[in-house]
Amino acid sequence: MSDTKKSVDFPVGGRPVVVRGGRVVDPSQDLDARVDLLLAGGVVAGLGESIDAPDGAQEVDASGLVVCPGLIDPHVHLREPGQEHKETIRTGTMAAAAGGFTAVACMANTSPVNDDAAVTELILTQARRAGFARVYPVGTVSKGMAGEELAEMGEMFAAGAVAFSDDGVVVAHPELMRRALLYAQHYDVPIMQHAEDLRLTGDGVMHEGEHSTKLGLQGIPRSAEDVIVARDLILLEETGGRYHVQHLSTVREVELLRDAKVRGLEGATCEVSPHHLFLTDKAVADSGFSTDCKMKPPLRAESDRQALLAGLVEGTIDCIASDHAPHHPDEKDVEFSVAPYGILGLETTVSLCLDRLVHAGVLPLARVIHLLSTAPAKILGVPGGTLAEGSPADVTFLDLETEVTIDKNAFRSKSRNTPFDGWKLKGRAAGTIVGGRLVDLP
Amino acid sequence: MAPAAETRSAAAWTRKDLLGIAELSADEIRTILDTAESFREVAERPIKKVPTLRGKTVVNLFFESSTRTRSSFEIAEKRLSADGLNFSASTSALTKGESLVDTALNLQAMAPDLIVIRHAYPGAPHMLARRLKAGVINAGDGAHEHPTQALLDAFTIRQRKGKIEGLEVSIVGDIEHSRVVRSNIHLLRKLGARVTVAAPRTLMPVDVESMGVRAVHSIDEAIDGADVVMMLRIQLERQGRMAFPSTREYFNLFGLTSERMARAKEGVIVMHPGPMNRGVEIASDVADGPFSVILEQVANGVAVRMAVLYLLSGVRSEDGGEG
Amino acid sequence: MPPTLEPKKTLLDSKQIRRLVRRIAGEIVEQAGGTSDLMLVGIRSRGVPFAERLAVEIEAMEGAAVPVGTLDITLYRDDLSTIAPQPVVRETKLGQPIDDRVIVLCDDVLFSGRTIRAALDALIDYGRPRAVRLAVVVDRGHRELPIQADYVGKVVPTASDEHVEVRFDEVDGATDVRLFTREEEA
Repeated sequence: MSDTKKSVDFPVGGRPVVVRGGRVVDPSQDLDARVDLLLAGGVVAGLGESIDAPDGAQEVDASGLVVCPGLIDPHVHLREPGQEHKETIRTGTMAAAAGGFTAVACMANTSPVNDDAAVTELILTQARRAGFARVYPVGTVSKGMAGEELAEMGEMFAAGAVAFSDDGVVVAHPELMRRALLYAQHYDVPIMQHAEDLRLTGDGVMHEGEHSTKLGLQGIPRSAEDVIVARDLILLEETGGRYHVQHLSTVREVELLRDAKVRGLEGATCEVSPHHLFLTDKAVADSGFSTDCKMKPPLRAESDRQALLAGLVEGTIDCIASDHAPHHPDEKDVEFSVAPYGILGLETTVSLCLDRLVHAGVLPLARVIHLLSTAPAKILGVPGGTLAEGSPADVTFLDLETEVTIDKNAFRSKSRNTPFDGWKLKGRAAGTIVGGRLVDLP
Repeated sequence: MAPAAETRSAAAWTRKDLLGIAELSADEIRTILDTAESFREVAERPIKKVPTLRGKTVVNLFFESSTRTRSSFEIAEKRLSADGLNFSASTSALTKGESLVDTALNLQAMAPDLIVIRHAYPGAPHMLARRLKAGVINAGDGAHEHPTQALLDAFTIRQRKGKIEGLEVSIVGDIEHSRVVRSNIHLLRKLGARVTVAAPRTLMPVDVESMGVRAVHSIDEAIDGADVVMMLRIQLERQGRMAFPSTREYFNLFGLTSERMARAKEGVIVMHPGPMNRGVEIASDVADGPFSVILEQVANGVAVRMAVLYLLSGVRSEDGGEG
Repeated sequence: MPPTLEPKKTLLDSKQIRRLVRRIAGEIVEQAGGTSDLMLVGIRSRGVPFAERLAVEIEAMEGAAVPVGTLDITLYRDDLSTIAPQPVVRETKLGQPIDDRVIVLCDDVLFSGRTIRAALDALIDYGRPRAVRLAVVVDRGHRELPIQADYVGKVVPTASDEHVEVRFDEVDGATDVRLFTREEEA
């Protein structure tokens, strides 16, 4: 039924590479051992104790580090074409590599939007040129992201798109969502939804609750997201296909996804962002109206945060995605009520997850790697997320022990909009290999 | 000269800015109110001026138009001999399209001592305070806070009732969109009063009890046993949507009339931050009646604002800092 | 002024203060030729009990009450730009119009003269007295402005870093004038 998924054409490293002395953790193979890893011809060529290095091989010393399948972020905004003042594909993939990611899926709300092969190809070309990480373009669901007619999914798929989403905005029309879910099945790709009923959001700028009341800011009720997810899951039951809820934020969303999976709705998947796992709406008050706490969906209450963590632990939530959304400092340096929504994520996700999930005892390391690598690969339908023989030579090195202090001014991203500046976290990404080549960050 | 002990009160004022009541201690609030007592007397002299802020520049930055609050600040500034500069949304002095940050930096170049700002968005005064050396006084930021209003309300209550602790205060009206109510809730609670807010369900914000108040949906319940009844101005049309079907219905359901006043405690006072909608939230005979202290609020507003200007002008800071 | 000063000696005890109050009261009335236009204005805070004591003496002597007002000069200080935070402002209450009156300003210690300068500026904002005179308990020298007292309890030469404190038992629990010196650093 589906065309062969076009795997992303990416520069492949020449010399073989042997990674020695690291702790290899590959959840796809249930592996957690001190073994060597051989990469050759752009793929994983072998795993074992004391591998013989072939002639001309590069030796990489990974002692003290964890070696895992390259991390994949299924939700980032690279802002190119058209918004290069916020980020470019070059700076965005540099940020990805610095943050430990070997691949990212980038959203379509650029200028112009990615609703055709031309923009899809542009993105791939730029990513190839930069050479820091793989980029899998996500095309729009609707033409021009106008929410009315289906976009040319087939054309985009042939050019290299791996999924479709109008993210930035919701696919509001239920009939359009129905048709998209049906049509996307020709290509066996997921429809990703930014769930938000704009009429319920109204003029809301933060979570509707005790803090919005105290601060005098308009609130976004949970129902704004919940009603769309509930509706879409009912549609999914009728249509079949694959449906992925982006950036979960409410208790009810977790319940709806749990319920859907229990009832056997296999095509339903979802993701959560680190900021929703580790911050609440109180951050808006505590930070004195900092616009680095303004995003959609908003930071919600402690009860929501706990439900998201529980959903992650029990497996209802399939993967972690950063929703990296750069904005130029001038754009964010305005009154809270009028600031654009969104914060960075590529260069904070790994440290946050290692410190607040692994070291905090919430989830074991293998599971976190699964959520950041194996699971996104499966949802996007791309190779990777595994170090099985023959899989792409994409590797991430993790340093579990080093304490870092997040310094936004040291970010590779062009932008600086993060609420995590100054946070002291234990654990960091320590390098990446893409296509068998060690990524060298300037 | 008086000995050192006499010149310092329990809480000397050390904040660069007055951005809200939420962050103030009860002692700091009392310092402002006590200082305002002394300034009330200036209005009774033949020459209503003291040289205290002579040579100081105060900028009045009113992004939202307001006759009442702005003129109150202007009079306060003049009585302190300060030089006041007015920038309002209606004059071309505030460049259209200029970001708040740029406006602030341009102002900084003029080296004002104090800035009084009223803005439609919560947090705008805080943005200025972080960037500017000048002290920033919040004259109302969206629906967030209006600290000088709450202070003059408290001053008026204290003047009429002798104290605030233990009083039952009811605030009635559009609670959701009111900055006056938020500042008042913080202040009254810090000084030990009990606060009830009353609004129709469509105008009551979510989780308002988390601010430590009793929330009711009936004006009768709110007036029952109240020492102070504070009425808020009702604006029925907001962003093209009606929160209430008509002013007539609002008045019938939530208007303050003399019949309803019978439920209040003996010695009750009626307050309103102004401007009033007679016949919508408050009947004329109550507004002009024996319980009303509405005009005293206005008079006290000048004294309270003089006190705030005086206290803030004494705080020096090397760079912009959180007040 | 710093609290680490130790009292070096008592300059005047309560009996001596009572006597000088009586003397000054007499001088005031003598110079004014009676009490009809007289008004005493005590400068906050220790000038106030001084003015009140003078009023009691004058009434005893002349059988007529002399009005006493209180004046807080904080708002007229010339050093507000340099000190921080703002000093507490207390109420000024003159009680009656001052036009055409003979005002006797009363203060505890005359030192640089700046307090009196501020008091004169304040009075002018209230009206136009016929004359303003000054009565002080102690004149300790070190004038920075051309100000003099008309009636002085005692002239005490002091070093500028010393401190003179006047107490009245109506407010302080004791009545005396003490001289404080800076403690020698060990």
